[in-house]
Amino acid sequence: MHLEIKHLYKQFSARGNTIVALKDINLHVETGELVCAVGASGSGKSTMLRIVAGLEQPTAGEVLVDGQPVIGPGADRGMVFQSYTLYPWMTVEENISFGLKLQGASLADRFEQACYYMGVVGLSQFAKALPRELSGGMKQRVAIARALASQPKILLMDEPFGALDVQTRETMQGFLIDLWQNTGTTILTITHDVEEAVFLSQRVYVMSARPGTIRQELVIDLPADRNEAVRRSSTFQDYRYAILDLLRQPVAVGA
Amino acid sequence: MSDPVLIPHDPPLVRNPGPARMLRPSVFWQIAEDLPPRLSWILMALSIALPLVLWAIVASSGLVKSLFLPSPAQVVTAIHRLWVSGALPVDIQSSLLRIMGGFALATAIAIPLGTLMGTFASIRSLMEPIVGIVRYMPATAFIPLLILYFGLGELPKILLVFVGTLFFNTLMVMDSVKFIPKEMIEATYTLGGNRWQVLLQVILPYIMPGIIDTCRVNMAAAWNLVIVSELVAATEGLGRRISVAQRFLKTDEIFAGLIIIGAIGLTIDILFRLLLRYACRWSVKA
Ligand SMILES: Nc1ncnc2c1ncn2[C@@H]1O[C@H](COP(=O)(O)OP(=O)(O)OP(=O)(O)O)[C@@H](O)[C@H]1O
Ligand SMILES: [Mg+2]
Repeated sequence: MHLEIKHLYKQFSARGNTIVALKDINLHVETGELVCAVGASGSGKSTMLRIVAGLEQPTAGEVLVDGQPVIGPGADRGMVFQSYTLYPWMTVEENISFGLKLQGASLADRFEQACYYMGVVGLSQFAKALPRELSGGMKQRVAIARALASQPKILLMDEPFGALDVQTRETMQGFLIDLWQNTGTTILTITHDVEEAVFLSQRVYVMSARPGTIRQELVIDLPADRNEAVRRSSTFQDYRYAILDLLRQPVAVGA
Repeated sequence: MSDPVLIPHDPPLVRNPGPARMLRPSVFWQIAEDLPPRLSWILMALSIALPLVLWAIVASSGLVKSLFLPSPAQVVTAIHRLWVSGALPVDIQSSLLRIMGGFALATAIAIPLGTLMGTFASIRSLMEPIVGIVRYMPATAFIPLLILYFGLGELPKILLVFVGTLFFNTLMVMDSVKFIPKEMIEATYTLGGNRWQVLLQVILPYIMPGIIDTCRVNMAAAWNLVIVSELVAATEGLGRRISVAQRFLKTDEIFAGLIIIGAIGLTIDILFRLLLRYACRWSVKA
């Protein structure tokens, strides 16, 4: 797996005004990496991720997955949205295996995969529950399992824990780290939560707003086994402050 | 980056704010909460019983001549008489068949057409103007044409129900597609779904409760139309029964006809609600 974003630009025109949402974005993700883009609201994170998913067309530049240009959405790039997008009429099990159903997998295969991924996200007892019977954190775990069950090359996540409270959010971060280590999935996630970015990632792209650009790339050199001790370490805090400083810098004139 | 917000002066004072007001609890007037089931049943029984009692009182008071306002007992007798004579079952059957025929035809077209219009902006642009115009033409104004083209048989009556419900059904089905979150459709694309699968496996199940509700609501219009068509020309049917009764001043039979129509309507309404509960359990509040 090799994801590459090359010289990506995106403009929106709304009521006669042109908004430059993304300006010359360059970024890459390699097999098995967990990479995070962090930026303030309006820095174009969602737009960037949607272009990678193929849900939006770039104004200029391109996105390559294993050398192939992205022209539209496909099962090779799974996506988890910030809002809850589970199908309300399907049970947890049906939600998780729906991607395989769309791709024409047999009933037996679907059942097997659904069972496996329900186990991965720890929701086996809720196989027959409807989404409305789940808490927010559980819904997002189902959404992650649903995306993973289609066997994507890369998992894209748009602030997946943004709607959760602090405690649930930290639990889910630990859950995501475990999942990533156990399944070896390649993940590109975006967030405005600096701590979350440092805790999860091996590399962080710091984005600035108006126009959305990548200000800096940071390699997060923390132990692979992220836990609460890591969160409290001084190295962790150093990274956090470094990113906060980058986010605070005014936009350089002419940059 | 951003300037500190300057507050020029203290916020304006409210004079005489009085003691803090709190919302008092209430069962009857609570908003967006369920009633206790017992109270709910009692109120619903009252809703039918109260008008009945009122009717009985007025009828027995002698204020209104019984020629104009028969008593409930007289109406029950009339229903019994019509039923035993075999006229009422025939009337019910013929009216129901006309409604079912016309309404089934209308929904068979409205569901696919409305879904397509709701899903594809292109189909919407293509169809919405014409549907919007025809919708404003009162269906009953089509009666002369229908009689001219198809005579006085069953077909024009069925077609009147069809014409009168097709457009409302279509537009209401179309509207229910609006409420599907865009991200649910996009999530389906990222799971490898194509447009056809999105239409059949995501949009259609999502709007199913809306479709059932649309049918339930528009069924009332279907009744309206079938009765009108029978007033114009028919040899049997509940509408026909009422107009014959008027000619012979049989007010009790007019009331009988109206009450039978109401009862059948209510039954159909309840059947649709049960269907919703059974087929779309996910959308019904537990
Ligand atoms: N469809 C659109 N039409 C017009 N402008 C848009 C559209 N989508 C996004 N924008 C603009 O592009 C900019 C970036 O938006 P985007 O949603 O990508 O930001 P974000 O970094 O995800 O913000 P947040 O953290 O609030 O989700 C914003 O200024 C927004 O107003
Ligand atoms: Mg966003």
